[in-house]
Amino acid sequence: MLRIQGGTVYDPANGVNGVVKNIVLDGGKVVTSGEGGRTIDATGMIVFPGGVDVHTHVAGAGLNFARSMIPEEHRQSSPILRSRTKRAGIGGPTPTSFATGYLYAGMGWTTVNEAAVPMLTAKRTHDELHDTPIVDKACCVLMGNNELILDLLERGEHERAKQVVAWYLWAAKGYGIKVVNAGGVAAWKWGKDAKKLTDVVEGYHSLTPGAIIASLARIIDELNLPHPMHLHCNNLGAPGNVGTTLETMKTLESHRAHLAHLQYHAYGGDDWESIRSDAPAIANYFNAHKNLTTDAGAVLFGNAITLSADGPWQYLLYQLTGKKWGNIDVENETGCGVVPYVYREKNIVNAVQWATGLELLLLIDDPWRVALTTDHPNGTSFWRYPEILQLLMDASFRKEEFAKLPEKARSRTCLADLTREYTLYEIAILTSAGPARTLGLSQKGHLGVGADADVAIYNAHKNAATMFSHPRYVIKGGEIVVEDGDIRTTPESRGFITKPSFDPAIEDYLRPLFQSQYTVAFENYPVEMARIPRPIVREV
Amino acid sequence: MAVTATDGFIVRKRSTTITTLLPPLSVVPNATCAGCGCVCDDIELQHDGRSIYVAKNACERGEAWFREQTVERQSSEVLLDAAVEAAAEILHAADLPLVFGLGDSTCEAQREAIALAEQLGGTIDTETSLSHGSMEMAAQLGGKITCTLGEVKNRADFVLYWGANPAETHPRHFERYTLTTTGKYTPSGRADRTLVVVDVRETASTAEADVFLRIRPGQDFEALSILRAVVQGSRFDEAKLAATGLTLDQLRDLSRRMKKARYGIVFVGMGLFQTRGTFMNCAAVTALVIELNSWTRFISMPMRSPGNVSGADAVLSYTTGYPFAVNFSRGYPRYNPGEFSAAGLLARGEVDAALIVGTDAAARLPQAARDHLSRIPTITLDAKPPTFTPRVHITTAAVAAGTVYRMDKVPLTLRPPITSAAPSDETVLRLIRDALAKKSAWYPTAAAVMPAK
Repeated sequence: MLRIQGGTVYDPANGVNGVVKNIVLDGGKVVTSGEGGRTIDATGMIVFPGGVDVHTHVAGAGLNFARSMIPEEHRQSSPILRSRTKRAGIGGPTPTSFATGYLYAGMGWTTVNEAAVPMLTAKRTHDELHDTPIVDKACCVLMGNNELILDLLERGEHERAKQVVAWYLWAAKGYGIKVVNAGGVAAWKWGKDAKKLTDVVEGYHSLTPGAIIASLARIIDELNLPHPMHLHCNNLGAPGNVGTTLETMKTLESHRAHLAHLQYHAYGGDDWESIRSDAPAIANYFNAHKNLTTDAGAVLFGNAITLSADGPWQYLLYQLTGKKWGNIDVENETGCGVVPYVYREKNIVNAVQWATGLELLLLIDDPWRVALTTDHPNGTSFWRYPEILQLLMDASFRKEEFAKLPEKARSRTCLADLTREYTLYEIAILTSAGPARTLGLSQKGHLGVGADADVAIYNAHKNAATMFSHPRYVIKGGEIVVEDGDIRTTPESRGFITKPSFDPAIEDYLRPLFQSQYTVAFENYPVEMARIPRPIVREV
Repeated sequence: MAVTATDGFIVRKRSTTITTLLPPLSVVPNATCAGCGCVCDDIELQHDGRSIYVAKNACERGEAWFREQTVERQSSEVLLDAAVEAAAEILHAADLPLVFGLGDSTCEAQREAIALAEQLGGTIDTETSLSHGSMEMAAQLGGKITCTLGEVKNRADFVLYWGANPAETHPRHFERYTLTTTGKYTPSGRADRTLVVVDVRETASTAEADVFLRIRPGQDFEALSILRAVVQGSRFDEAKLAATGLTLDQLRDLSRRMKKARYGIVFVGMGLFQTRGTFMNCAAVTALVIELNSWTRFISMPMRSPGNVSGADAVLSYTTGYPFAVNFSRGYPRYNPGEFSAAGLLARGEVDAALIVGTDAAARLPQAARDHLSRIPTITLDAKPPTFTPRVHITTAAVAAGTVYRMDKVPLTLRPPITSAAPSDETVLRLIRDALAKKSAWYPTAAAVMPAK
């Protein structure tokens, strides 16, 4: 039993906007009332539901590939010292697994969605998430370039494709389905890309990225998955890619979809010289289409590691930067690229990217449909979220930062005209209530009776970056995990899994394909349930 | 009954005189073998719960690996407790203890070993530092362009082994992943692929090659760099080429074949890890492969072995950020190959206690390092008796249930059908950690480990 007394509560899912009220937690849940236990005096403090990250990369083959490639970054990052409550680790652009849990919890975030899991190596993703303490997790598994599925889509076998998708999702113990550069990653294995939705995918006769996106969105809706298709659009990062993004949104008109890191898909211009923000065009369309949700994928200046299943884009980025290049092609399923990157304030392209992320967050009028992300570790590390919150809540601070950009970049964005300031209520939507709803996690992102007892309590402070960097208390599952800036305990987290129904006969179709196209036995492919601690299985 | 190749190896002979009285053997399909970095998962085992008799599809290495898996004689729990306490005492008393080995342990055991090294404020290193660690260092210099083995099976029409002899070190590599296997875009298997082997001598692998290039020892960096120049069409020093033992015609032919390939792969073997240049040899491979990606798709991969050394890289990387040679003496992970590699630490006499998991690991160390192991209190964990006399030896199960990573870092689950009476590495490491937890604990303070600038 834990009582939070006298705090000013922001609980948008229940319409509570800055009301002084008591919250009682018991048995890991929010309850109506109770006796005994500890009372936290939260008088004058701000009470939020624990933060929810709808799109981050914190575990798995790709991220770990990046980690092992960048000792020079680790050496200049904040060390996490071993203590009575903490395992040793490293912060920086790609924090180590234990550090990831401490750093998320340390700013009040209690649930994360690992947004790109190759299914062939999902066992290791789940193992790493097991060693990422405190925060609860969901995983989106990669299917937009799965050749077993693409082959079925090309042949028009929709029903069978749906069964295969459902089988895979359960085999990988995923929560949702991710599509990255549909068809483009499969094409990359032949050295090609798929930038246009209407181009036939390399290696196929008639299949196009547009058809892959439309078919998978339909399958995901028909399977009634709690989270819509999680889509990384084609043509990421390229000047003028706004056309591809708008076309993608039109393709999705009759389906639900979550557009990941929209900032990277909202550029106008013809080339790197003329790149500009086209956020208004994207935001206008997006505002009018309620079937869509998105996350910002905002960028902050400084060192970052870019990491994506989008192999061809990462190769291009390597050619642009001349830095290190990492690449993994994953049989039948997906790929991965890694390129260290520095976002520089004085670089026109980077300055435009910085402004575009903020423009989208300010121009999308419904905070329920846009979430705060940096596509960690791509735009910057997740532990810099509070800096973005300050930029959203303080227009004069934003103006000062904007003034530091090169003149040429300032003329390529409308950010200077935007005077909107986010309220605390809207920030609670952006960081918690909204992403929880997008993920379909009804027990997260709110403080109503029956919700998970995940609470962030902040000392009120006029500087949002200061306030959100250092919560006074963070409570996870009813336990105080952060107090006075230190980790107090590291409870075992929970994993969300979706179990769609499928016809078991689909295994007879898949088994020979595994024999001929995979290098692991069909029976050895599925992730064992024992790898997910305290799983919460949603059957649909 | 005569045994044919398709029956696989008879791991152990049953008594023939009383066969009719014996219960039938249980069959386990799709069992995983971690005898080498191939980690084949298509083995069919026949066992009686005490020993494995048949391992269908396994190679010689796999056969030996399965033969070790038996219900060992029950060791006394009293003895185990005493040994664990003695180990904890040695490690607790040490100023700079080393945890080394782990190449044959499960990821779960590796996880415990890292936690132990951290608890001790010691150093942890694995067999990686003696082999493909050079490839990891090259990745830190310039990157790493790789794939899972199924891409080779499905796509590769050009396969090159440089300084590797898979026919002996990874006996089923050709058959399952790279050469004779058929795949989605390689329906004719061997006929769809060109095999090139570069080595200093003829081996069982060079015998299979379409092209065998014999290179002079220690000339790998030069040959790889000149090959890249030939691919690029840029200049190189002809005297340096002559020193490699290769001719311009040979390199031109190789370059042509590489550019013409649809999907090519370079497998990198011990020959590059153990000769002059080590990680620069590997960086030259990476630079070549990056160059070739301007023409077609090209990939490289180190021939990782033993069975789960890849798992050690992965678990260390996600826990500490670094793939091997990690030191915790400041309370957070630091990395420096050479400084924190087992071979160097031991040869320089810096380590004052060692825990070796898998005694083969000790056998692989250079002589100067092994000499120091016999001077300091050393604890060994292994199913086999140690090849030297440690202060404490704890017999562990030859194989335990858990996770192993294939050489391409694809994770697979080990489910040994025989439960050994001996405890697993994972269990013993946890018991040592528990015993240590009862002693005075060491925690770093910020002031002590990060002096003010």
